[in-house]
Amino acid sequence: MRKLLRYLKGYRKESVLAPLFKMLEATFELIVPLVVTQIIDVGIGTGNTPYIWKMCGVMVLLGVVGLVCSLTAQYFSARAAMGFSTALREDLFAHINRLSYRELDILGTPTLVTRITNDVNQAQTGVNLVLRLFLRSPFLVVGAVIMAFTIDAKTAVLFLIAVPLISLVIYWIMKSTVPIYKQVQKLLDRISLLTRENHVGARVVRAFCRQEEETEDFSRENEEYTRIQIEAGKISALLNPATCVIMNLAIMGILWVGSRQVDSGALTQGEVVALVNYMTQILLALLALANLIVAVTKATASGIRLNEVFDTYPSLTETTAETLSDRRKKGSPRVEFQDVTFTYANGQEPALSHIDFRARPGETIGIIGGTGCGKSTLVHLIPRFYDVNQGKVLVDGIPAEEYSFKELRTKAGMVPQHAVLFKGTIRDNMKWGKEDATEEEIWKALETAQAREFVEAKPEKLDTMISQGGTNLSGGQRQRLTIARALVGNPEILILDDSASALDFATDAALRRAVSRLEGEMTVFIVSQRAASIRQADQILVLDDGKLQGKGTHKELMENCPVYREICLSQLSEKEVNRS
Amino acid sequence: MKQKETLKKVLRLVKPYKLRLAGMLLLAVITVALTLYTPILIGEGVDQIVGPGEIHMGRLTEVLILLALAVAGTAVSQWLMNLLTNQITYQVVEDLRDKAFRHLQEVPLSYIDRHQPGDILSRIVTDVSQFSDGLLMGFTQLFTGVLTILGTILFMMSISVKISLLVIVLTPVSLFVASFIAARTYHMFRVQSETRAEMTSLVEELVGNQKVVQAFSYEDRAMERFRRVNEKLRVCGIKALFFSSITNPSTRFVNGLVYTGVGVFGAFIAIGGGITVGQLTSFLNYANQYTKPFNEISGVVTELENALACAKRIFDFIETPAQTPDKEDAGELQEADGSLALSKISFSYQPEVSLLKDISLDVKPGQRIAIVGPTGCGKTTLINLLMRFYDVDKGQIFVSGFPVENLTRDSLRRSFGMVLQETWLKSGTIRENIAYGKPDASLEEVIEAAKQAHAHSFIKRMPKGYDTVIAEDGGNISQGQKQLLCIARVMLLRPKMLILDEATSSIDTRTERKVQQAFEKLMEGRTSFIVAHRLSTIQEADRILVMKDGNIIEQGKHEELLARKGFYAKLYESQFAVS
Repeated sequence: MRKLLRYLKGYRKESVLAPLFKMLEATFELIVPLVVTQIIDVGIGTGNTPYIWKMCGVMVLLGVVGLVCSLTAQYFSARAAMGFSTALREDLFAHINRLSYRELDILGTPTLVTRITNDVNQAQTGVNLVLRLFLRSPFLVVGAVIMAFTIDAKTAVLFLIAVPLISLVIYWIMKSTVPIYKQVQKLLDRISLLTRENHVGARVVRAFCRQEEETEDFSRENEEYTRIQIEAGKISALLNPATCVIMNLAIMGILWVGSRQVDSGALTQGEVVALVNYMTQILLALLALANLIVAVTKATASGIRLNEVFDTYPSLTETTAETLSDRRKKGSPRVEFQDVTFTYANGQEPALSHIDFRARPGETIGIIGGTGCGKSTLVHLIPRFYDVNQGKVLVDGIPAEEYSFKELRTKAGMVPQHAVLFKGTIRDNMKWGKEDATEEEIWKALETAQAREFVEAKPEKLDTMISQGGTNLSGGQRQRLTIARALVGNPEILILDDSASALDFATDAALRRAVSRLEGEMTVFIVSQRAASIRQADQILVLDDGKLQGKGTHKELMENCPVYREICLSQLSEKEVNRS
Repeated sequence: MKQKETLKKVLRLVKPYKLRLAGMLLLAVITVALTLYTPILIGEGVDQIVGPGEIHMGRLTEVLILLALAVAGTAVSQWLMNLLTNQITYQVVEDLRDKAFRHLQEVPLSYIDRHQPGDILSRIVTDVSQFSDGLLMGFTQLFTGVLTILGTILFMMSISVKISLLVIVLTPVSLFVASFIAARTYHMFRVQSETRAEMTSLVEELVGNQKVVQAFSYEDRAMERFRRVNEKLRVCGIKALFFSSITNPSTRFVNGLVYTGVGVFGAFIAIGGGITVGQLTSFLNYANQYTKPFNEISGVVTELENALACAKRIFDFIETPAQTPDKEDAGELQEADGSLALSKISFSYQPEVSLLKDISLDVKPGQRIAIVGPTGCGKTTLINLLMRFYDVDKGQIFVSGFPVENLTRDSLRRSFGMVLQETWLKSGTIRENIAYGKPDASLEEVIEAAKQAHAHSFIKRMPKGYDTVIAEDGGNISQGQKQLLCIARVMLLRPKMLILDEATSSIDTRTERKVQQAFEKLMEGRTSFIVAHRLSTIQEADRILVMKDGNIIEQGKHEELLARKGFYAKLYESQFAVS
């Protein structure tokens, strides 16, 4: 948490003034009992009516000044807390933008989303509360004790006994309930799990006639949950009664000792009342402090989660911001892998080992193999989403890591496996590929991607709104738009990462034909599980378990690559396989 | 009106605990009364300490003893009240959750299919929690709050009617200020929550798809968009945060005025001898206590409304009609013979969109039926009907010669083995999962089934073998392995009939072969329905049903259908072959 406080830097003035004004307000609150004492001792004691009016004015004045102080404090703390969270959020977002795929794999994007939203909010609440209350409550406690001592040291000793006792009780109750509440949370998670599981698996549960057993399982967890909740409740139910008892005992003590002091003339009746009031104030302040501690604990937990992100450093670094294209070596292959081996951060076995191939400009490269064989991994290395552990990836004869990200990733247009579109118009989405794309460029890309027809059929054409996640389009339409998005930038390398899976066969074929007709010498990588999609490629890479089992044309591979033959035979008929 | 109904239902839930509830209410009355009595005693104590030589020791001792008793009484009754509230609350929550979960097992599948898992989850988990916190806790707060207010007025009246009237007249001012501020700040809150929603959805999109963002070098543009919303949130956030936090100081200020009024007015009366100093002290104490429940009540009311809304969502779920129960005279299907017939069945999910029309089919024991067709043609619907997840609209289904509606659902479903494309495993050990349909199966039986399903070898290699716990998302085993476990699960039961839904996308080649072999083994001698995606499956089927738009338009063996050069031939060309 302390590390995150640097985001308060721009709000130093606010962060000092807010607690200060809050303390000022508390000071006025501490004076009120004294005024009441004066009213009782001087006003009522001597029957002095003008004096009472005067004191009345003082109290109203104290109230007004207190209000002003309090509002000032709230204003400063609101500014500081919001400023803090805004700066924190912005920095976090920028940091996430810099992380590379490796770190994103480890952290997982869903948790990043909750961190930047929930955790930042939680931290903001914490800062706001701390600025307002963290000094105020202890100050009130200490102040009340000091006031008590100035009134009468002998009676005030009671405060020195009561305050630690109350604190101890609060501490003990909090300490003994925290682990129970953790257990409660665990059981609640279990209840959630069972519910979700039984919803998703309703068919299987019923097919196996397990409704009764599932219900019993649930009841058991549910009962345990109730038992522990009641258990925790037993302890926390003590908080109010126990602290009140201590406070009231102290008040009784004040009356008892006070009576002796009054008798000897060391104390007045009004002062006894003041002491009683201070005791009440202390209890309230301590209870507020307890609540504050809970909130701060939560904020600290969020702070730890946020720091986890900040402590994750991007593993990829850019070596240059310059454009390297002029350095391109004539005649070198567009993409070349030299003995590439790559292992994921959390993987034990390499996902790819000793991959060697060259793809020339204009060539179509098919990549085939079962799930988890390393197909996607291979194409992810081309735009340098990951750095290889061994070997080299060359683009236009230059090692991938020597490019700036921007240049390399503009060169290589990626169509990811999941057809992700963003909220906004179709045009907005198309411009992801090229910020200043013209109308014609967009239509041309749509046409190649077999998307022109359905976009034209929409009443608002390119201005059609796409809802978040593209839910208002069919899977096939989404996929075609993501392909068009990659084509808008007219990349030299086009990577289709199993991105035609939702297209029917005819569209898939038309797409491949259209891409092959594009002018320029675009090198196309097609990753697929369908033999039919890559059969016509100039070069097919067959992957199994991260190893290159064969490369060549369909015909060559049918002859010399058993893995390839097996895949083809399970998908195509004998006749189809042999047709070249 | 609606709320009243919900309230009635809530009362019915609490009914079993009415004795405890009555006890709780009684304790609340005692607690409030004693709490209010305490300031009076303190005041009286103060009155015994007038000045040097004017200490009434005897009375003071008496007062202190009374005070001690009152304090002890308050503590005990408050503690017991808290305990009872807790007990009632959590018991009701338990009952409600149990009821909801039981209902989840009884709703028709159409309900489950229409709802997201998150929807029902949030009802059973979040809504129930909110309901309990809000309703029962809120209720106690409201009850004690009202009691405190009434009690305070009563006690104050007993000391001095005049000052009491002053307090009663002044309190609404504090309420007025609070509601005035709330009305003014409502708008700012709305703007803030809208902006926050905008921020959240932007973050969900851009951070959630961070990889795509980087693939298109979109980082700078993303940053710019983010910064804009972030700044907007800062500006409206400051306003919302500031204005929301002025309620407290403002009401505190008004309360301070009430306090001052009581002090001054009381002082004048005291000078006239109307009340004693101690009584004034009690009054000041009351003035502090009295306004607190007022401020709380407005919060409690919103909380109660919220709780009722949650309760309504839960009741809505619990009250959705359950599936039609089995007929009373429904028979148990003891031993299925493997035969099955559909006679002119029709079915649709929505009345206006008809799906299956007049389908008839006769299947002999041991036959292998492959179902093919384009997506949305009704292949999986047929499975839904065979398993009686849904009931037919027209026509009849016969299993072993019995109409299915005359059989209990359980016995009908037991005669089928089902392996779906979406592999569902329970969080638990591998052994528990294989024995899912027969929990008392011995380890030997489980291992035998696993061996038959070609799953034994990978299970053996797992760190804890058959006792390996499968994580919730099955993250520690591969998709193919999950499928093998699902097959083993059916293998253990050896049902007469099978329903198989082949995976569309291939898994890794080696496991794939094992899955196929396991399927093959499973189908030996059993009547099987296969929603087919693999060439080998359709080639070996005894009969292929070609479905299109909810009808079986062609049926026969692979070669026959190809020779017919009809829809199947075309489908085959596009789905399984290259043109």
